[in-house]
Amino acid sequence: MPVNAADTAWLLISAALVMLMTPGVALFYGGMVRRKNILSTIMMSFAVLALVGLLWVLYGYSLSFGPDKWGIIGGLDWVGLRTVGQEPSSVYATTVPHLAFMIFQAMFAIITVALITGAVVERIKFSSLFLFSALWLTVVYCPIAHWVWGSGGWLAKLGALDFAGGAVVHISAGVSALALAILVGPRRGFREKEPMEPSNIPLVVLGAGLLWFGWFGFNAGSALTSGGLAASAFVTTNTSAAAAATTWMILSWIYRRPTLLGVATGAVAGLAAVTPAAGFVSPMMGIPIGIGAAVVCYYCMLLRTRRGIDESLDVWAVHGMGGTWGVLATGIFASVAVNSAGANGLLMGNAMQLLKQLAGIGTVWVFAFGATWVLGKLVDVTMGLRVSTVEETVGLDISQHGERAYGGMLR
Amino acid sequence: MKKIEAIIREEKLEAVRKALETSGYLGMTVSEVSGHGRQGGLILQWRVGEYKVDFLPKLKVEVVVLDEDVSRILNAITAAARTGEMGDGKIFVLPVEDAVRVRTGEEGENAI
Repeated sequence: MPVNAADTAWLLISAALVMLMTPGVALFYGGMVRRKNILSTIMMSFAVLALVGLLWVLYGYSLSFGPDKWGIIGGLDWVGLRTVGQEPSSVYATTVPHLAFMIFQAMFAIITVALITGAVVERIKFSSLFLFSALWLTVVYCPIAHWVWGSGGWLAKLGALDFAGGAVVHISAGVSALALAILVGPRRGFREKEPMEPSNIPLVVLGAGLLWFGWFGFNAGSALTSGGLAASAFVTTNTSAAAAATTWMILSWIYRRPTLLGVATGAVAGLAAVTPAAGFVSPMMGIPIGIGAAVVCYYCMLLRTRRGIDESLDVWAVHGMGGTWGVLATGIFASVAVNSAGANGLLMGNAMQLLKQLAGIGTVWVFAFGATWVLGKLVDVTMGLRVSTVEETVGLDISQHGERAYGGMLR
Repeated sequence: MKKIEAIIREEKLEAVRKALETSGYLGMTVSEVSGHGRQGGLILQWRVGEYKVDFLPKLKVEVVVLDEDVSRILNAITAAARTGEMGDGKIFVLPVEDAVRVRTGEEGENAI
């Protein structure tokens, strides 16, 4: 097929929008940690932006989307972008240059790895996290992306629907975050309930704002064409974010006061949940998906806190469980009237689709948790995952990076 | 000479400043401090649930006064800073050896 200018423009803009989400995650997370760790937390995401941007063009894209091998992994034919050029691919996004699709996908891989870092802030050794990130991209992300989105991937063939990455991005990151946090162990003082105050909530909200903005590229861009489906996914996405943010605000209000941290977290939960559904459900379905996301994530966060697990910034509760609810919700609310390439869900009388969605959820949960556990252990026995007690007490900004966020006595 | 260190509520700074000014002391040093006495901490909300912050923000006002002015200034500050609730703060009085005005080099009571 010839290159379509409108599709190409939209996909390139979408790739840029998704790129901005990773600095967004960096600020979202950075503002939530204590001030001695704000730079190290931002660094984790920003370094991943650089690292995965490199690994993706070298081999990540080929492993994920390259010619299928047995339904489980892409071949090495596209290593170093060999034959990935200005002409469209014959299988993916066939109306835009293959390079445009490749770089759009790069941004998804980047943010998925960056999301995990929220679980282990304030005590993980940077060098170990850096190595873990490279290993995780290769061993966990690339295979899952291939199963769900790769031409010939086995979950794709099964018919599990994941429009923009509810399973590939959010479940995989959230579940891996939980596994890694358990491996690394809690921050000093966590068990003793020492207060760990967010150092800069305005920064958290700036990050959430960038995420919400970038998510239009993430979800509406995943239409891979510029047209009705992109517009539909755009509206569904915004509606879910709005419903979830409002719901979370009300939940915190019932508890005591309507919190800004709550409304921002709710928006992100709604965005994560609508990700797999955005292009398969009608825009008004964003409302039940968003409300459900806020309720599910809020109570999962409470559960996580009560179990005494220091999955510090709740990647599991927000992305893992938000994504899980979203993939399920896709099986409930999907309709071929919205997207003929999709399927009908439970409400359209197709209970089978819900089972396919469950198969996708179960697979990603088990594989992501198990593989992350093995990789984390590997890094732990070779390099050690944690910083020393002194380094942790001083803070990671100074001990890991030799920098501080707010320096100087003079104004 | 005595140094008066008054730990006060943030919102009482302007009242205390005016009281000192009326009492004839125009100069003072103010710093942001954290601490707690009997008031205990502050309960804040996290994304879910809440947590307790033990140290509350207060202001410390420091002013050096002549010996004979001490009780008058203590009364002025106390009156200006009091609400009657817990958390109104504390005032300490410390002896001062000497003082120097940097601009002129004047020493002792002339310097304050």
